[in-house]
Amino acid sequence: MRTFDYERPDMLADALALMADADGAARPLAGGTDLIIRIRDGSIRPRTVVDVKGIAEFSRDIRIEDGWLRIGARTTMTDLLRDERIRRDYAALAEAAAYVGSVQIRNRATLAGNICNASPAADTAPALLALEARVVAVGQRGRRVIPLDDFFVRSGVTTLAPGELVEAIEMPVRSGRRGSVHARRTRRRGHDLASVTLAVTIDEDGVTRVSYGSVGPRPVLAIDDTGLLADPAAADDAVRGRLDELFAAAAPSPTSMRASPEYRLAMLRVMGLRAVQDARKRIAS
Amino acid sequence: MTTRIELTVNGRGRSVDVEPHHTLLEMLRDDLALTGTKECCLVGECGACTVIVDGESVDSCLMLGVEADGAAITTVEGLASGDRLDPLQEAFLETGAAQCGFCIPGQLVSARALLDDVPHPTRTQIEEGLAGNLCRCAGYEQIMEAVELAAARHGAADPAPHPRAVTTDVASTPDAKVAPQ
Repeated sequence: MRTFDYERPDMLADALALMADADGAARPLAGGTDLIIRIRDGSIRPRTVVDVKGIAEFSRDIRIEDGWLRIGARTTMTDLLRDERIRRDYAALAEAAAYVGSVQIRNRATLAGNICNASPAADTAPALLALEARVVAVGQRGRRVIPLDDFFVRSGVTTLAPGELVEAIEMPVRSGRRGSVHARRTRRRGHDLASVTLAVTIDEDGVTRVSYGSVGPRPVLAIDDTGLLADPAAADDAVRGRLDELFAAAAPSPTSMRASPEYRLAMLRVMGLRAVQDARKRIAS
Repeated sequence: MTTRIELTVNGRGRSVDVEPHHTLLEMLRDDLALTGTKECCLVGECGACTVIVDGESVDSCLMLGVEADGAAITTVEGLASGDRLDPLQEAFLETGAAQCGFCIPGQLVSARALLDDVPHPTRTQIEEGLAGNLCRCAGYEQIMEAVELAAARHGAADPAPHPRAVTTDVASTPDAKVAPQ
């Protein structure tokens, strides 16, 4: 592996200064499960690696603040799985986190890192989109909040400004009932990247959010506010028709080695119908 | 430029001068001569390099050595107590879980982390707990049997068998050395 300067600042201001000073040649390090691989294979060559794990503001905790469930930047997938509130009220996220890599990966990989890496196949992205997540970013010019749907651009690219870091990811604490489901298709059971990822949330007011990934350059969020998908009495054919409209943005790569576009689109439809049915059951239970 | 870090490895305080770009795996093998931990895929897919860091299993190929400053680490060399093997090691021997043996240190460490967390896991929990450890000999059945056997006999290991909470004198580290470039 090429060498670099390793910095582990305790102060947020110092971390932001290091990111700014390096003029694009600095990379933040949290869990490292993507970063170390990319430094080793030479696809990125940072001059400075800024370990954010010493920064107090980049917490490793999950807490409720001003009506939002706030997940600190150092929170790992394992931490999410151990949290009772996540398992109960944000089930799709817990299910997605459980699919990430292996135990060893989940013990290191952070939620913030998963979205900053911006893989089209990121396991947690559809769940977070369907759960109305937002990103708290911090830079030398201050903090700003980015709705997650405005965060992803394409593979490896986000709307974070140069030198900006993700401090937390937040999801609204809702008073109404919501059913959420995550679904995933891989080539084999176990440790594999997703061929299709999908999440569905159904709210008691009849709004359904459908989010899907691994079928285009970025994960997509589509909303059904007609009440059709949420209606337990709706005919399956009508649900399929509505889902097809919501899946209009799916554009799988023809060159991917994991699955053909035809397969991905076919599976997306099957998984979409099942997830809607499961989400209805969850909101009713 | 190296950084001096201090950590606990298998219950013993160590002090190591480590290069920033050297992984925990390189540090364990090259600087501390603990070669039980194996280097294999280097992308976090095979689990041959699994070690326990502060109670959680990790792929040591995906963690920098400098990140282990202050940590308590258990490698496969730390599973046995003197001449007494870990119950998992006994069970692996009995079921014939080791074929070529290369993946076994990682399998053992992952299994130890699993049993410390869930002393009596279901078959599904064992499969999930070891999903990050590949065996090219495909000796999975015997490995699963071994974990079930060890769990049935012992579940969690004896109280405080692991050096996670042990503090030791970091001054006595004669064999730590500067990492080669």
